[in-house]
Amino acid sequence: MATKKPELPVENPLNRRNFLKGSAALAGGVAAAAVPTMALAGDPENLPPNVPSWSQGLGDGVDITPYGMPSEFEQKVVRRTVPWLTATPESSVSFTPIADLHGIITPNGLHFCRHHGGVADIDTDDHRLVIHGLVDRELIFTMRDIKRMPSVSRVHFLECAANGGMEWRGAQLEAVQFTHGMISCCEWTGVKLSTLLDECGIKPKAKWLLAEGADASGMTRSIPMDKALDDCMVVYAQNGEMLRPEQGYPLRLFVPGWEGNMSIKWLRRIEVGDQPWHTREETSKYTDLMPTGKARQFTWFQECNSVITSPSMEKPINGKGFVEIQGLAWTGQGKIKQVDVSVDGGKNWQPAQIDGPVFGKALTRFHLPWKWDGKPALLQSRAIDESGYVQPDFSELRALRGEWSIYHNNSVHTWKVNTGGDVENVQIS
Amino acid sequence: MSKSLKNILGISVAALIFTSSTTTMAGERLGIGSLVSKSVIAGWDIDARPDGHGLPKGSGTVEKGEEVYLEQCAACHGEFGEGAGRYPVLMGGYDTLTTADPQKTVGSYWPYATTLYDYIRRAMPYGNAQSLTTDEVYSVSAYVLFMNDILEEDATLDAQRLAAIKMPNRNGFILPDPRPDVKKTACMKDCKTRIEVKSFARKVAVTPDVKKPQ
Repeated sequence: MATKKPELPVENPLNRRNFLKGSAALAGGVAAAAVPTMALAGDPENLPPNVPSWSQGLGDGVDITPYGMPSEFEQKVVRRTVPWLTATPESSVSFTPIADLHGIITPNGLHFCRHHGGVADIDTDDHRLVIHGLVDRELIFTMRDIKRMPSVSRVHFLECAANGGMEWRGAQLEAVQFTHGMISCCEWTGVKLSTLLDECGIKPKAKWLLAEGADASGMTRSIPMDKALDDCMVVYAQNGEMLRPEQGYPLRLFVPGWEGNMSIKWLRRIEVGDQPWHTREETSKYTDLMPTGKARQFTWFQECNSVITSPSMEKPINGKGFVEIQGLAWTGQGKIKQVDVSVDGGKNWQPAQIDGPVFGKALTRFHLPWKWDGKPALLQSRAIDESGYVQPDFSELRALRGEWSIYHNNSVHTWKVNTGGDVENVQIS
Repeated sequence: MSKSLKNILGISVAALIFTSSTTTMAGERLGIGSLVSKSVIAGWDIDARPDGHGLPKGSGTVEKGEEVYLEQCAACHGEFGEGAGRYPVLMGGYDTLTTADPQKTVGSYWPYATTLYDYIRRAMPYGNAQSLTTDEVYSVSAYVLFMNDILEEDATLDAQRLAAIKMPNRNGFILPDPRPDVKKTACMKDCKTRIEVKSFARKVAVTPDVKKPQ
């Protein structure tokens, strides 16, 4: 395969220069093939009428990659971090590259990560789940025990309460990976929490659970019993394979539609009690400070939200004409009912097409065909869920909550399309 | 009855029995999992609740706590709890919660002192969790409370005293969750008259490069 990248005329010199700088550092000789747009694409030696090398010589055999990996030309599609956010990478967050994903399922290797004491490295044979407290029988389970139990699989999003949290005081991060990337969506498989609690027999006084992780942060959250018995799961698999270590292998709690921190990873213990524990993560953190100086506590569910993933900072527009506006919508309050899109900063809206399956408490994909005239535009999406709740603007959220609540920002997001087709994160009146 | 018919009947009866024995009723126990003793649970049962539930026997002092704190905690949290770099500030911040720079410290924000014990016992020192003795955890808790003017310099802390402390921001929390708090209908046409761009992320210039692998 030829390795020299020819210079081609492009519509967006600034983006292209940045891109080439990046891809050269990344892939060296194969940079050409990683170029994403028609205007940039291709080594002429590999294009018709020429016959490229892969059409002549044999490729790898079936025994080369026992566990398959993405194409080497997709190396930019990775989780990323914002190093200045946190003191150490062991207690930090990485963001899912949502602009580069398709459909509603997040690949396991790209699911965002939020750890508080690093990734616990646990041998499945050495893992135990203890359930004790206000129960008839205090029980300990091996992973083999849990996998013997009746199983359920559900598609649900998982979103950090702080997704979008850096935008409360104004537009701050340029890429959608950072403004909205603390969200992922997988098919989760495991056992209903109610099945496990039935095995122990909960006492009438039992109203709360404490769920605790086996990691070095000993992460703990109080879960109200109604939610525990409603739709919580104790899961061991995501998207058909065992959980990834960074998602809590071999066992995590899953609390559908509620802030991600509650879905305790590396779940080792559940204590059943009659009142909440007020752990550090539900008092000093994950509480929403209001302008009055009082903070909302136990703000569990994730409200209806949406974002356009293309066009976006990562997905500029390549020339006038047809553009498919694409995005994701989700709600912790059931299913997405409708998504509207505006190209004029929210003056006028039109309903987008919902594409693919619509599951409760899951990412939902929307599309809208659009013809770009080459002029500046302000793109927004606004989701409505089956409870009738309409996604708010920043102005509406700030009027009630101020700018210091960190968590639970579900504002309509605005992309400004500039004349060159580049797209930037802005906030508007 | 022919032998073959008998066989078929025999098989179907066996199949019936097999089916019914593997179908469990709702709420019926599966019989999976093993009983676990109190002494085994005790090794993992490390939580402490505001009512004192879970706080172990033992005690500590501010004086001893200062020693442990300087050795085990000050590198990240600062000698006076002021925090180093991005590590959490532990002290002060009183009267800042309504300002443009709210400081949510143990003193200014935490509603329960028991949470301090619970958190230090399970997660601190960072990178060497669950290594402190019960008395050391009581002592460090006492020292952090002393730094926040909640305990006197000569104070001793045990389960009863810790659960009895009323934290300054005890009444600073709103329950239950008032959301959904924004109530609106979906306007479709001529929803706004004037639109102005108020802020640009580009101008803040703090975004990591998304064009290359990390």
